[in-house]
Order: sequence, then structure tokens, then C-alpha cells
Amino acid sequence: MIVVDSLSKHYGPHVAVDSLSFTVQPGVVTGFLGPNGSGKSTTMRVIMGLDRPTSGTATVNGRSLADHRAPLHEVGALLEARAIHPGRSAYDHLSAMAATTGVPDRRVREVLDLVGLSSVAKKRAGSFSLGMGQRLGIAGALLADPDTIILDEPVNGLDPEGILWIRHLLKGLADDGRTVFVSSHLISEMGLMAEHLIVIGRGRLIRDMTVDELRQVGRDGRVDVTTPYPADLTRVLLGQGVSIQSTDDAYTLTVTGLLAAEIGDRAVAQGIPLHALVPREASLEEAFMSLTHDSVEYQPAAAA
Amino acid sequence: MATAILDRTAPNDRTAPIDRPVESSPGTSGRLDSTGLAVTFPRVIRSEWVKFRSLRSNWLTLLATVLGIVGIGALASAAFTPDPGDADAFSNPVTVGLSGNLLAQIVIGIVGVLAITSEFTNGMIRSTFASVPKRLPVLGAKALVIAGVTFAVALPTMFGAFLLGQALIGEGNASLTDDGVLRVVIGSAGYLTAVALLGLGLGTILRQAASAIGVIFVMLLLAPQLLGFLLPASAQETFLRYLPSNAGDAFMTVDPAANLLSPVMGAVVLAGWVVGVLGIAAVLLQRRDA
Ligand SMILES: Nc1ncnc2c1ncn2[C@@H]1O[C@H](COP(=O)(O)OP(=O)(O)OP(=O)(O)O)[C@@H](O)[C@H]1O
Ligand SMILES: [Mg+2]
Repeated sequence: MIVVDSLSKHYGPHVAVDSLSFTVQPGVVTGFLGPNGSGKSTTMRVIMGLDRPTSGTATVNGRSLADHRAPLHEVGALLEARAIHPGRSAYDHLSAMAATTGVPDRRVREVLDLVGLSSVAKKRAGSFSLGMGQRLGIAGALLADPDTIILDEPVNGLDPEGILWIRHLLKGLADDGRTVFVSSHLISEMGLMAEHLIVIGRGRLIRDMTVDELRQVGRDGRVDVTTPYPADLTRVLLGQGVSIQSTDDAYTLTVTGLLAAEIGDRAVAQGIPLHALVPREASLEEAFMSLTHDSVEYQPAAAA
Repeated sequence: MATAILDRTAPNDRTAPIDRPVESSPGTSGRLDSTGLAVTFPRVIRSEWVKFRSLRSNWLTLLATVLGIVGIGALASAAFTPDPGDADAFSNPVTVGLSGNLLAQIVIGIVGVLAITSEFTNGMIRSTFASVPKRLPVLGAKALVIAGVTFAVALPTMFGAFLLGQALIGEGNASLTDDGVLRVVIGSAGYLTAVALLGLGLGTILRQAASAIGVIFVMLLLAPQLLGFLLPASAQETFLRYLPSNAGDAFMTVDPAANLLSPVMGAVVLAGWVVGVLGIAAVLLQRRDA
């Protein structure tokens, strides 16, 4: 369990994290969301004991990382910037980390296998692609079989297979009863990966909610219907509280004010064929943006 | 929690990353036994040793240092004709035989600097501190590894350079059994070790290779001359002998000049510099963001 309590971090006059408090529970994957510069990476660095907080505390399983006997076994982390010497091989990099806490050599090879880097284990890490570097970072995070896993933008640079792989990996780790805390820019990715979300903006907590709750936020009740007879369908559906817009596609209508089931039932009753009936699950991006819009620090000029 | 980490997480075939990942069968890997996983100082030393030895550049630099010390000493010795009437240190056959040190100290200082600044530059320091969040053991272990390697390489090199140099000088040369010669030869290895540690400390304080190397250069090579110009003669007499390079010269010359400290005091003062710089480095390392 990670507990962040009234955490603030200032860089000179700049407030990166502002009285932030939240708890990350074991057993589920918790996503960490926020616009660029909202303080996610900073918070994770403070949890890892790398940046010193200006005030407040961040503990893992009740203690700051430095107070744990076996820190790597307690928390494994992949941080934003690459934390690897380019002149060292993947194997030596992990060996050096493993040595600090007595992790056996066999385990180094195991995690290299796990992330799929065995065949390049002896190559200089400097020659690795972004995704391979990311895999090596993940191997380092898993090295000492930690109870808590912290990953800052882990899917960065991974190919689709890699993304799928890490999604399964994190799910498995959480199912194991571990605490899994992951930041990502891709809100939709987070929707597939995480169950719980901590949303921050400008260093402050905006929401501490489940992914399902976020889906509700943006749900607007619109349904897209595709039919070869849009005019007939419009006549059938129009009524009190119902509005219908046409879309770029001449055969698709966007209906507001009716459930998908009601639309389908009425169409069948009138013998109008439907080719598609899609409730607009509000996109998580939209939901997320509606939550964080006010706290976006770096907006494109046009949107400001 | 008893399940093996790999069992739950092994991806299926379709998600194979670069390699086809291992298909782990139950029992290939249990969860690591946490009781044995404490961070201890010997383990941190081992880790720093793995880091040091796994960078080829470290070995190339050490090789260059060895060749430099022996080569420059040999060249200087071959060109040298002893003149017992000349009191200048560089007219002493021992000093001539070891004259490669002047350059070697800068190279070794750079090895010390890079041992830590490279980690700050490429972010490795975060992996290091995530593994050892108390941080101080890292500095201590780096210091031991750097000092150990430097001394282990420098000592035989000094003996080699001395013996080769004296052989080339021939008549009028010095012998290991002469008064103070053994002290100079061993002391020269000790001096390089101290310089490596100064480099480590300065690198930790400044975090950037360029500035730390600059400071090393000024401290060891320029400061004696520079202060010689700037300070009044009376102050020179008092202060210059306490500079690291002059403190080193106090035990790296067979007959220390009158304006130098005694050999023992020289060693003490140099050690004081090392402890002071590493002390400041330790405080800053603890306090600052990584
Ligand atoms: N070492 C530092 N020195 C000065 N300012 C910093 C430092 N680290 C972060 N900041 C500032 O703190 C704020 C938060 O940065 P942080 O990297 O934590 O955001 P983030 O949420 O991770 O952003 P992103 O999504 O782009 O990764 C930013 O305004 C950033 O410029
Ligand atoms: Mg970030």
C-alpha cells in the first residue's frame, strides 16, 4: 500500500505537487492520470525517495523507502527518464542492482527472459531502442520480486504486443495481491489497464475514483444508429425530448434522449432494418478532459 | 501470495515481445525469499564493483594510465643525466623515473569524477538510489572500489616505472633500498588513490563531469602556480604547502624541499582533503534530489 499524505514539492517558486493526499491499495491496478506537468512523475520520484518532499510524506507499507531493509524487494520502479548507463549491458545493469540486495543471478536471467531481452542481454544498453530500454526498466522493477510496483508511463515506446503484454503483466501482479501504481498519458489505455484512478491536475488531487466512475462522468446518452432508411427511422423516433442529428455518413444518425434498446425495439416494430446500433460510451478522453480542463497547465494557445 | 511471479504473468504466445518469453512451468521460480534480501554494505560494495568492472572505458583508462606512467617515466629517464649538485626535485632520479604521475593524476582524477557524474548524466543514479535509498553506502562503496582499484593498479605500476626508469638512467640511479625511496614509490600510488577519491567527491558535489574535471585540474596543477602569483610571499610560505599537490609532494620526493611539509604531515593533510571533500559530498548527496 502506498500512502501519500499532504505531499508538497516545490522547485524554487514552482509548485509541482500541492498538498496531495491519496492511498494506493493492493490487489488492483491503480492508474495515475493528469495532464502534462501535473506532477505525476514528481510524486512518483518522491515516493521512491529520490526527490525530497518540501512537506508531507509518502510511505510504502507504512515506511519511507529508506527505512525498509530490502527496498528493491519492497518497491520496484520504472521511472520516466531512462535510469540506465548506456555503456553497460542489460545483464550487468541488472546484476549490479541485484547485488545490492542479494538477489541471485538466476533471477536476473529470469527477468530478462520475462521481458524478452535474453538474446540481447550482453549488448550495450545504449544500443537499445526506446521500447527495449523500457523493457529493461521493467525488468529492473520486477527484479527483486517487489510487493509494490510503480511504473511511470510504462507503455511509452512499446509496440502493440508489448502493450498487451504489460497489461496482462500488471493485471497478474495485482491479482497476486501486489500494489500496482501506473501513470499513463493514454487515458484509453488506462481504461483497459487500471481499475482505480487517481486523477491530479496542477499538483492537486482532482478525483480518486474507479475507472467505471470515470466512464459515468462523460456518459451523455447519445446513440449512433446506422440504417439504410434514415428518413423513416427519424420519423419513428422523433418525439418528446428526443433529438436526432445526421452525421457525415448519410446512413448514420446520432440520437439523443432514447436508450439503444428503445431505438432497436421501435425500429423492429416498424420493420426498419438497422445495420448498427452503438451507444456512445463516452470516450474516456472526453470524460477525463471534462474533469481536468480547469487544471491543465500547458494548453495549446487556441484552447486557452 | 505464494504463487510464483512468473506463473501469473507469463504472456501467451501472441504477446511474445522481442524474444519468445519463457513458458514457465509451476515451480520453476517461487517468490524470492525475503529474509535474505536485506541491503548490506558488503552487498553495496559488490554492486559498485560490478558497475565498475562492467564498463570497458574504465579498463581502457586504467591501461592508458599504466602505459602513461611507465612510458613517460621511461622517456624522461632515458633522457636524464644525474647531477648530484642540482637540488631541484626534478633532478632526482626517483622523481624522474616517476614523472608520468603528473599526467596520470589527471586521468585518475577523471576516473573518480566519472564514477559518479556518469550516473547523474544518464539517470543511472535513480536505479542506484532506488536500490539503496539510504544513499551514503553508495558513496562509501564507490570510494572503496575506486580506491581499491586505483591502488591495486598504481602500486605495481609505480614499482615497474621506478625499476625501468632507474635501469635506463644507469649510473647515478637510485635503488629501492635507498633512504626514502620506498616511501616515495608507495606514496605515489597512495597519492593517485587520494586523487581518485578527490575526483569522486568533487563529482558528487558538482554532478557534472566538465566542471568537476575543471576543478581537479585547477586544484592539482594550476593552484600552486596561481596562488604563487596572487598571494604575498609571506602567505605563500604558510598556505601553499597545504595544497593537495604540495602535500603529496611532501611524501613523493626523497628530500622534500624546505617549503614543504614533512612526509607524514603531507600524508595527513592530503587525507584531510579527501575526508573533507568526501564529507561535503556525503552531506549534499543526502540532501539533494537525485
Ligand atoms: N527537477 C525539476 N526542477 C524544476 N522543475 C521541475 C522538476 N521536475 C519537475 N518540475 C516541474 O514540476 C511540474 C511537474 O512535473 P512532472 O514531471 O511531475 O509532471 P508529469 O505529470 O509527470 O508530466 P508528464 O505527463 O508530462 O510526464 C512541471 O511543471 C515541471 O516543469
Ligand atoms: Mg511524467
